[in-house]
Amino acid sequence: MNGVAMHIANGIVNAQVSAVFAAIAAAALAICVWRGRADLDDRLAPMAGLVAAFIFAVQMLNFQVLPGVSGHLLGGTLAVVLVGPWVGALCVSTVLIIQCLLFADGGLTALGLNITNMAVIGTAAGYLLVAGLLRLLPKTPRGVAVTAFVASIVSVVVASQAFVIEYALGGTTELSLGTIAASMAGAHVLIGIGEGLIAAVTVATVARVRPDLVYALRRFRTTRPAVATQKTVGAQA
Amino acid sequence: MRKRLGWFVAGGLLVAALLAGVVSSFASSSPDGLDAAAREGCTFDADDNITGGTCMAQQEQDHQMKDSPLADYGIKGIDNEYLSTGLSGILGVAVTFAIGGGVFWLVRRRGNHDEHENDGDRAASGATSA
Repeated sequence: MNGVAMHIANGIVNAQVSAVFAAIAAAALAICVWRGRADLDDRLAPMAGLVAAFIFAVQMLNFQVLPGVSGHLLGGTLAVVLVGPWVGALCVSTVLIIQCLLFADGGLTALGLNITNMAVIGTAAGYLLVAGLLRLLPKTPRGVAVTAFVASIVSVVVASQAFVIEYALGGTTELSLGTIAASMAGAHVLIGIGEGLIAAVTVATVARVRPDLVYALRRFRTTRPAVATQKTVGAQA
Repeated sequence: MRKRLGWFVAGGLLVAALLAGVVSSFASSSPDGLDAAAREGCTFDADDNITGGTCMAQQEQDHQMKDSPLADYGIKGIDNEYLSTGLSGILGVAVTFAIGGGVFWLVRRRGNHDEHENDGDRAASGATSA
């Protein structure tokens, strides 16, 4: 059995700082439930369950990025494109909670840290990029694919730096923060590229098969004439 | 519409189950970006115990759930690594969909589906219960 640990383990960041971030994560999730309910209708709820299950599956697929270093998808950007920011953050959190409680991955004490980094900050960064890029790019399968690719890279690197901040606040070993930040950023640019490719293929596929199920194609404002939206409505009618 | 969404979700779950159940056995077993950074500066023996140096992982503690039957993405008692990883992955996909989808379904917005013209029977039943 290969000992796979993919998220922050117990004891890396001290208990006090972990507790603070558990409170931050809980508050953020409460806001996501509150705001997410407006998006969650009969159509989005099963889709969100699928997105969570899909992220769980893909997180198991570690790919090599450097000799001796691998990485896996975090999923925030993918979730934003398919089910929106609020529900998306809840999807990633669901995965992290199940991984922690059933699969012993990501410490229970560190759950708040992991949720804050990957589900809250990673998803928020992905959301800002997706919302911004979809004002410029066409709302087509190719447009959302490029959006997902770029947003994933930024989101993963931002999430990795959130860990560095947590470590600066409550790290249990005296180490140079600059070294940690550089090493995390370096590895996570490569992981982000891998995640970006997976997310791009996934959202492009869904956008081709069922454009009506892609949140980003329905909701985000665009400065271009909404050709894709008209096509979607036409296909449904 | 409802039926087509059902098929789409079923297809997506099948893909997820294949990824978690089959492809996962061929995933890289190197430590991920975070874990690798946490181990930087320390030396390890064959059992992954720290033998010296300074690194983030030094104070790492055991997981509270390390005795879980699914700990480390395997099923306790199944020695075949492919089977153990694969089944735990499929189980994980099923549990994530059941819990995630279940909670999302429970907290979803009910009734008033004016903006979705295609919600059909569900919208009707939602309207009567509201």
